[in-house]
Amino acid sequence: MAQRGAKNRTVGAAVLALTAPLALAACGGSDSDAAAGGGAGGEVTSLTVQDTFVTDPGATYYGELLDSCGQANGVTIERNSVPGGDIIARTLQQASSQTLPDILSIDNPDVGQLAAAGALAPLGELGVTAEGISQGVVDANTFEDELYGLQPTTQSLALFYNEDILTEAGIQPPTTWDELKTAAAALTEGNRYGIAFSAPPTYEGTWQFLPFMWSNGGDETDIATPETAEALQLWVDLLSSGSASESVLNWGQEDVNDQFIAGNAAMMINGPWQFPVLAENPEVKYQVVPLPAPEAGGTVVAPLGGATWTVPETGDDARKAKAAAVVQCVNSDENMVDNALTNSSVPTKAELGEQVVAQDERMQAFVDVVPDLRSRTAKLQDEWPTAATAIYTAVQTALTGGASPEEALQQAQNG
Amino acid sequence: MADTQQRAGGATSAARPAGPEVEEPRPRRTSTRSRERLLQIGFLVPAVVYMLLFFGYPVVQNALMGFQRYTTRTFVTGEAPWVGLDNYREVIGSSVFTKAAVNTVLFTVGSIAGQFVIGLAIALFFRKRFPLSGLLRSLLLLPWLIPLIAASAVWRWILDKDTGVLNQVLGGLGVTDANPGWLTSTSLALITVVAINIWIGIPFNTTILYGGLQDIPEELYEAAALDGATRWRAFRHVTWPLLRPVVTVVLVLGVVYTLKALDIILGLTQGGPANSTQTIATQSYNLSFQEFDFGQGAAAGNILIVVSLVFAVLYLRANRRALDE
Repeated sequence: MAQRGAKNRTVGAAVLALTAPLALAACGGSDSDAAAGGGAGGEVTSLTVQDTFVTDPGATYYGELLDSCGQANGVTIERNSVPGGDIIARTLQQASSQTLPDILSIDNPDVGQLAAAGALAPLGELGVTAEGISQGVVDANTFEDELYGLQPTTQSLALFYNEDILTEAGIQPPTTWDELKTAAAALTEGNRYGIAFSAPPTYEGTWQFLPFMWSNGGDETDIATPETAEALQLWVDLLSSGSASESVLNWGQEDVNDQFIAGNAAMMINGPWQFPVLAENPEVKYQVVPLPAPEAGGTVVAPLGGATWTVPETGDDARKAKAAAVVQCVNSDENMVDNALTNSSVPTKAELGEQVVAQDERMQAFVDVVPDLRSRTAKLQDEWPTAATAIYTAVQTALTGGASPEEALQQAQNG
Repeated sequence: MADTQQRAGGATSAARPAGPEVEEPRPRRTSTRSRERLLQIGFLVPAVVYMLLFFGYPVVQNALMGFQRYTTRTFVTGEAPWVGLDNYREVIGSSVFTKAAVNTVLFTVGSIAGQFVIGLAIALFFRKRFPLSGLLRSLLLLPWLIPLIAASAVWRWILDKDTGVLNQVLGGLGVTDANPGWLTSTSLALITVVAINIWIGIPFNTTILYGGLQDIPEELYEAAALDGATRWRAFRHVTWPLLRPVVTVVLVLGVVYTLKALDIILGLTQGGPANSTQTIATQSYNLSFQEFDFGQGAAAGNILIVVSLVFAVLYLRANRRALDE
């Protein structure tokens, strides 16, 4: 009898072990239902926001901005920041489990991917327009003629140079490709290279190569052209002449900045998001000028960077309307200027550029290029990742001497 | 022989529990036996459910994804059209695949050979007791304890072509002034990545092999010594045969871990320069999470799973043979 009792207990334990996960799953389920359905049908009192601003100054700035925009629209904001590398995967998971946030901030070239997937709501239907915003920015946030994102500020690439080193060598900052090659060679000395840039086998490498490719008339729809090959030849020349380190093949833009700060490079190609790091090293005196053009007087076409604000397709019209209002508030004129000054970026409305330069003259080189900034995804839309992969593959092949620029581009395009 | 096979049969032998002594009082048996059986099943079910949910489902889902056009859109609409073998054709037909496959083999064979030989040598060394041997042995675990991403950042710094410590030391010693690009030269990068992966794998190999060595009775060596077998001959005729089951475990697990190694390569070279460290695992990652072509990414992943499976079967067979002996 005692034995049987023991057995019953074990059976009970086994059953308990069996059902425990189910009970847990049930708790999880009801929890996420509450989050997704909060305010559904009734009045909207809170909105969820997901962005990629995990580091300061952006983290604090956007936290405060979103709170004040939420307050202005009568909602509280529940904000969740995830690293940029994870946000697309996470958003796709949320899309499949129908737990998308009400407001989502992503890097602008990702708009095409998510819009093509049907995860974003067209802003036009919510009464949001992109009036006054530069055409390149509007293009980047448009998929199949519908506006999906509103982007307050943008960032791009420029040429940073170490003032002391250039003055000492008596060299003017280069404005053409030929001058760039000559200057970089002349500035290379001992352990110091003339120039540093970033060419790793990632989209970061593609991003850095684009201004050279585009300024020379190259195009992402067909990269196997003489124009793109010429641009790639410039990079190959910088490496083979020893004016740039072979390590560019493995450097991200932060590494490039580190090299510049350490005095291992006299010039670098980088963006204004490095200003805060450079400011921590006041002994490095630097200036920023526009990237060199292929020929004197030529136009520099640089890629358009920066995060954009979208309204995911949650299927709840009341929440989407509120979300759109908050997105519009984030993109208001006065917030744009504040945002640009805090986060070292340029307002996407060209007319506001002067206000920023008046307070931070380093931004001039970036403000100048805004009208010509080009969207990475305007032509290829959601096919852009394939082209971006082909571009960095060709750059790597040519820089390692695996093939001539022409052949490398052709091979990469053929896949 | 029959006995061991039944034991190896695992789950199926549960239907016939614990041999003769249970079978004696037959008449009252049926109800108790079916209760007992229910109880056994009850204990099995959680494990089976867990396996199906967390191992079976992902593997089946991944296998299916390999035959579907699975894109970002699929996450929203749930539509994933069946495309047959298209994904496999695309992945295998791409210019990177051959290189990635060759690199996967070189990376795996190189890493395993290095990890095993060095790991075994260190394990044999630590069989001898000497002052601080315990401390040294635990220090050896260090590479295993450092997060891979942190380790690869440090290695990148050490191996930097111009400012890295390694090249400075080599230059200072007068070995070479050429500053080899350990991670940026297409001919060196794979070798460097393999070397770092060996460094990571040594603790695992040493620990398991050291454990195996502890199980070999000391008397056997004494007996062998009396017969004149010392050092190499003792290793050849005593250590190696008795260590073989452990060796199989270490090698097969090592192969499976190494085939799918991803973070170390992403951390060091991201598959570059010019695809010279691209493996099937990194290609699968790029296809899925950079190009958002989850179907092709799954196809590349499935190829790896099949290769791993072959080694898993080899492992099970080797284990069976060891038991039979």
